[in-house]
Amino acid sequence: MNVSRHFGDVKAVDRVHLDVPDGEFFTMLGPSGSGKTTCLRMVAGFDHPTAGKIELYGQDVTNLPPYERDVTTVFQDYALFPHMTVFDNVAYGLKIRKLPESQIQQQVGDMLELVRLPGMSKRKPSQLSGGQRQRVALARALVTHPRVLLLDEPLGALDLKLRQQMQIELKNIQQQVGITFIYVTHDQEEALTMSDHIAIFNLGKIEQVGTPAEVYEHPATEFVAGFVGVSNLVRSPLAESITGSPQTFSIRPEKIRLGEVGGSAPKNMHSATGIIREVVYLGINTRYIVDLDGGGELMVVEQNMETTSMDVVEARGRKVNLMWDKSHARFIGGQA
Amino acid sequence: MTTPAHAKERETVRPPSSILRDISTFLYRRPWLIMTLLLAPPLLWLGVVYLGSLGALTLNSFYIYNSFSGQVTPGFTLNNYAKLFGGSNPTIVFRSAGMAATVTAICMALAFPVGYYMARYASPRLKRFLYLSVLLPLWSSYIVRIYAWKTILANEGVLNWFLNQVGLAGARDALLTAPVIGGNSLSVSIIGMLLVFVYVWLPYMILPIQASLERVPQSVLDASSDLGARPFTTFWKVTLPLAIPGVVAGSIFTFSLTLGDYIIPNTLGSTLFIGNIVERNLGANNNLPLAAAMTVVPMIVMITYLLLARKTGAFDAL
Repeated sequence: MNVSRHFGDVKAVDRVHLDVPDGEFFTMLGPSGSGKTTCLRMVAGFDHPTAGKIELYGQDVTNLPPYERDVTTVFQDYALFPHMTVFDNVAYGLKIRKLPESQIQQQVGDMLELVRLPGMSKRKPSQLSGGQRQRVALARALVTHPRVLLLDEPLGALDLKLRQQMQIELKNIQQQVGITFIYVTHDQEEALTMSDHIAIFNLGKIEQVGTPAEVYEHPATEFVAGFVGVSNLVRSPLAESITGSPQTFSIRPEKIRLGEVGGSAPKNMHSATGIIREVVYLGINTRYIVDLDGGGELMVVEQNMETTSMDVVEARGRKVNLMWDKSHARFIGGQA
Repeated sequence: MTTPAHAKERETVRPPSSILRDISTFLYRRPWLIMTLLLAPPLLWLGVVYLGSLGALTLNSFYIYNSFSGQVTPGFTLNNYAKLFGGSNPTIVFRSAGMAATVTAICMALAFPVGYYMARYASPRLKRFLYLSVLLPLWSSYIVRIYAWKTILANEGVLNWFLNQVGLAGARDALLTAPVIGGNSLSVSIIGMLLVFVYVWLPYMILPIQASLERVPQSVLDASSDLGARPFTTFWKVTLPLAIPGVVAGSIFTFSLTLGDYIIPNTLGSTLFIGNIVERNLGANNNLPLAAAMTVVPMIVMITYLLLARKTGAFDAL
């Protein structure tokens, strides 16, 4: 895929080039308005590129209507047919392909089993919960065995518990059916949990493509460092005083250790001193905001292995020495 | 001495009490009361005036009419209903129902594309303009518009002039010589009547169809296409079923309004419809019971229509 899409003067998608490997769970991640949904709609055929080309398995589909593409979509609002039962919704694509009735029965039944909705086939969408509608939408899109399944923020409307459960299920289903999934989300945690590869979108362009570990550990740009997970960005002159190089670097909050002032830093560590300004106790871990003596602030996250909420609150105002392994500091734009 | 200062502070925070405020607080605490107060007038209107008059009408249809003295005496007889089956009455009932069905079918065919365009394609500006265009005719008197059509359709009218100009006069004459629907002129034929009926009731079909199509999310149509349905299949299996409640609502208007109308048949020719029979029996003959019995017919036709529509699942998507 190598496309641009302009709406008037607005370049919603600006010369995006993407190759999605076969059979992968591929995620397009980015804030709203970054062009990821427009890209998805162009792959589905609901929108057409202003310039460029979309290929599916070597076939140019740029000008094909949606009904001639071997691609199906799970919509953000599920888009179930309100006048049909669950069975008829799932059977829709098969009926259009004029499959024999017995095969339709069989395949719809299997699919409802796969998404764990047996016994619901006679219900109407209005009688289902959000999570159940989501499963129907997934079954309806999968039952025709498309080569690519597109998912447009399908979990956005679900509550946290259900969303986390569905993330695992989606990944399992993807591995079971072996179909390429292209998943659009603005939730970086979701992207990290499920994807084989992630493309990070910003302002209509792709900032980085990589595995979850790559984009998390080696963010290519400032934007990626800030958007995927939480990062401290340190610019010069502070950066220079710490590392000796004027280059901006990012450091993950969980890589920083809080230490006593006075001890000298080992050779392989960067260090900086400061005062704890803010402490937020989060149960599993604690988040500290440290005002650095050299100006600026760093966020530090520590596991609550031995600390309790009592200890944590007392930490406010304490002078600390922050240290981190040099290899965890990521220089942005250039050397790693 | 700090307490008075405190109390004073409170006094300024809390708004001064007044009768209006007391009333609103009283009602706020009793939501059922405000509901009852709001609903009582419309319920009284619907229950007493509307249903009451329908009841009185039905009751009247069983009263006894003395054709010799022209007197109506309360009682119970099925004579009025028996008369519906006598003379030309059955023909008139079927003619009226046939006209209403034809008008409804033509209105559906004309209104659907307009409603579809308004709901799916028109820009907000164009949509406002179309709304206005659909509603504008309803602002002027219906009688004036019917007379305007009589002039348009007359032999010397603008429509005939136009047909003559484009060389379609022959086609018009052939149409006018057709049995039943023909006549001496378009302005006194059933064809003319049909045209005017469609014209006056069309807005009542466009608006509900447009509203029902507006409620269909684009993503549902996208989903159909996405699953392999060609545009025609999507229309047939998704768009149309979801628009049916609007079509049914519209057809209730066009069908019942046509069925009961007597002004258009009176103005455009002399063919009798149910409305004309009702009018005659009310006026000259003072035969209120027969007029009432005649009015019960459209009610039964409409109830049957609604039951049939429900049976076909037309309201399932509501």
